[in-house]
Amino acid sequence: MDTHIASQINSLLAALILLTAFGLVVQRRMNALLHLFAWQGFLLAVSTAIVGYVGGAHDLYISSILTLSMKVVLLPYILHKLIVKLKIHKEVETVVNIPTTMLMGIILVIFSYHLTAPIRELSTLVTRSTLAVALATVMLGFLMMITRKHAVTQIIGFLAMENGLLFAATSATYGMPLVVELGVALDLLIAAFIFGMFFFHISTTFDSLDVDQMARLKEED
Amino acid sequence: MSLSPFLLVACSFLLLAFLLLIIPVLRSNQKHLIFAGSALMMLSALAAVAAGIWTVSSGAMSRVILPLGLPDLPFHIRLDRLSGFFLVVIGLLSSFVSIYSLGYLKGYLGLRPVTSLVAFSALFLGGMFLVVLADDAFIFLVAWEMMAASSYFLVLFEDERIENRRAAFLYLIVAHVGAISILLSFGVMAGLATDFKGFGGYAFDAMRETALPAGWATTAFLLAFAGFSAKAGVVPLHVWLPEAHPVAPSNVSALMSGVMLKTAIYGIVRVVFDLIGDFPWWWGALVLVFGLVSAVMGVLYALMQHDLKRLLAYHSVENIGIILIGIGLAMIFTSFDMSLLAALALIAGLFHTLNHALFKGLLFMGAGAVLHATHERNMEEMGGLIRFMPWTAALFLAGCVSISALPPFNGFVSEWLTYQAFLLSPSLPSPLLNLLIPLGAALLALTSALAAACFVKAFGVTFLGSRRGRHHGIIHEVDWSMRTGMLLAALSCLGLGVMPTLVIKWMDPLAEELAGGTIAASASGFGWMWLTPIAAERASYSAPIAFLGVLAVVIITYVVLHARPGAIHRVPLWDCGFEKVTDRMQYTATSFAMPLRRIFGYLFSIKENVHHYPPASHPAFPERLHYHLRVRDRFWMWLYQPVVDASFWLSRRIGRMQHGRIQVYLIYSFVTILVLLIFSR
Repeated sequence: MDTHIASQINSLLAALILLTAFGLVVQRRMNALLHLFAWQGFLLAVSTAIVGYVGGAHDLYISSILTLSMKVVLLPYILHKLIVKLKIHKEVETVVNIPTTMLMGIILVIFSYHLTAPIRELSTLVTRSTLAVALATVMLGFLMMITRKHAVTQIIGFLAMENGLLFAATSATYGMPLVVELGVALDLLIAAFIFGMFFFHISTTFDSLDVDQMARLKEED
Repeated sequence: MSLSPFLLVACSFLLLAFLLLIIPVLRSNQKHLIFAGSALMMLSALAAVAAGIWTVSSGAMSRVILPLGLPDLPFHIRLDRLSGFFLVVIGLLSSFVSIYSLGYLKGYLGLRPVTSLVAFSALFLGGMFLVVLADDAFIFLVAWEMMAASSYFLVLFEDERIENRRAAFLYLIVAHVGAISILLSFGVMAGLATDFKGFGGYAFDAMRETALPAGWATTAFLLAFAGFSAKAGVVPLHVWLPEAHPVAPSNVSALMSGVMLKTAIYGIVRVVFDLIGDFPWWWGALVLVFGLVSAVMGVLYALMQHDLKRLLAYHSVENIGIILIGIGLAMIFTSFDMSLLAALALIAGLFHTLNHALFKGLLFMGAGAVLHATHERNMEEMGGLIRFMPWTAALFLAGCVSISALPPFNGFVSEWLTYQAFLLSPSLPSPLLNLLIPLGAALLALTSALAAACFVKAFGVTFLGSRRGRHHGIIHEVDWSMRTGMLLAALSCLGLGVMPTLVIKWMDPLAEELAGGTIAASASGFGWMWLTPIAAERASYSAPIAFLGVLAVVIITYVVLHARPGAIHRVPLWDCGFEKVTDRMQYTATSFAMPLRRIFGYLFSIKENVHHYPPASHPAFPERLHYHLRVRDRFWMWLYQPVVDASFWLSRRIGRMQHGRIQVYLIYSFVTILVLLIFSR
């Protein structure tokens, strides 16, 4: 495959990832949210594989397979089970209304492009143009965590942030060392289990997964 | 392997480790646990005493590098004369207290398990031994923390009472602020030893070899002095002492007051004379001034107390002051190259360290015996105990005589040596010092007199007169082990007081090592009977003759009183024309101290209230009076209350940021990230 074509494909994938990130911010329904998250993972896996092929960094394939199995299959499955088991409302509750969130997201994307401009000029990698998208994905994930009331949506935001980080790592330096990546994958899996148990206890204690309820845990003075 | 001091120290640690290992096994049988704990701790302490005496007299230095600690930063252990001397101080009292604990801890049988008390006592003892043996900053601080943490748990032993938790918390805070200060001081010295290029400076050897620039040396000294002062209870960092000592079990307060405070003295001597080595005179003046203030304030506050153990705790402040006076004088004389006087002052300070350990331990054990028998700490509820507890009373009296610096006991010798250091000092090349030294001598004299008054009060109100308390329970003398512990301490006080020349001869090489002078030759220039430090024509004291004189007077008085039957009449007290004399009509602790409270009243914050109940129909015929007195430490209001208020104010302000809403917390970190990204772009 030609480097130029690869670069084009990678840019396309980056654009799609950004689109899914916005989709996550906008989407109101829980199941669709999970699907979008899985699609984002899939796009990330493809992008990682292409970068690995073009750059000759073959351990990126393992990273790609790991992403595919964890973020496309396993984590969405666990979250889905959780949603079914805890009978969570299908509607996502937000703190800030969605158009405002969108506007904030756009500002964050512009900010990311502004921030990564000097790096784009210095770098010679195929993937240099996608760094801004990666950073924007991280920030959009963060934005999602801030603007949602529900614990499960916050976890999806957290995982989306992690996607963005992984994307940033592949686009900036052709991926992190494999050991680190394996460690991160394991961490995520364990985090998912812990979150699961945690949700279960929160929902039995508060009869809800609305994190506003947890403000009651604060010490009064 | 032949026997050596170091081997003895190793045995001492092994015994403690063995005790810690068997504690889980013995936990179910508390009686055996108490016995094993006391026996093993006593043996361990005795081994340390033997090692210490041997090291000081032979001067054989042993060092070991332990393969423990962080990689490339092993622990250094060194046993030299100074460590040896402090091993004796710690070990001697600890062995007596261990015997005493056997009986004291039995009082807890059936009430609460003492497992934690025994375990933390062992750790505490090991920590203190390790502090004086440490030869690098790393293990020193580890041992220091071990000592502080285990003593925190010992103070907290009876943790169901809120005052204990409060006192322990205060102690923990002061101890840790002090530890930070010590850490910073070592940091300065260690950093400059290698020019901030490596970690090798943490060993004391590296610090010894480095000549610090004057400014940094002063910084290191001030930090170390502040840190060790917090542990020693130097005014104004003394507030934890009168809180923590009364609430701890009495064997623990004997150890804390008797020997734990001394590790701070060790730290000051080690840092100043050994690690820094070269210092200007004003350091000594600073130590001297803090010593004088502690001595006078300590004894004045002690006079105001009516809780026996609290009173003793304030006396620890006073005696630490007296020790610091000796050390401060030694520092002043050393900086002017007057090695003879420096040696005299240093020996006076260190000798008082040993003496204070013994008599304060004895007094706390005595107070513990009273507490054990009466379950009462308030002196106003005691009185007449000499009839129920003759042994305890006699031994407590021996401690009182020692701490009041009366011959023939040991307190007199060391305070007398301190006076000699004051009086023999020639005019010094600094007008400030020429003013300070006579003033210091006068203040020391005032302190001794007030201490004597205070112990007349303590002994008289507790043991003499008749019982004031409302609860007339039956009081028994304490058992043999508690008496033995106190008796051994009292005999040591007497022995050290009668044979001061031997002690000085033993300590002389230590003084030579640190201050460069020897006084043993002049001190025993007229034979072992006469103590004649430096100038025989100016001052001499014969302890054996004083002892025999006191003994003769006591025997003659006894014989004269008991020679013929009927010389002593027991008759009803003349009641001054009142109808009825009750036990409450005696001098109380409060009334005894009243004249002094009037004279020195401006030093305390005193609240005095008199109420009539019910309001009298005519002021000339009151029916019932209520007198309420509250004396508080002014330092608490001046120094501590502002800090407490400020930290509460600040934490309330910061607490407002904590909303309990996850989104808000996330916004905090999001904004932080954005700001960092903008600034680091």
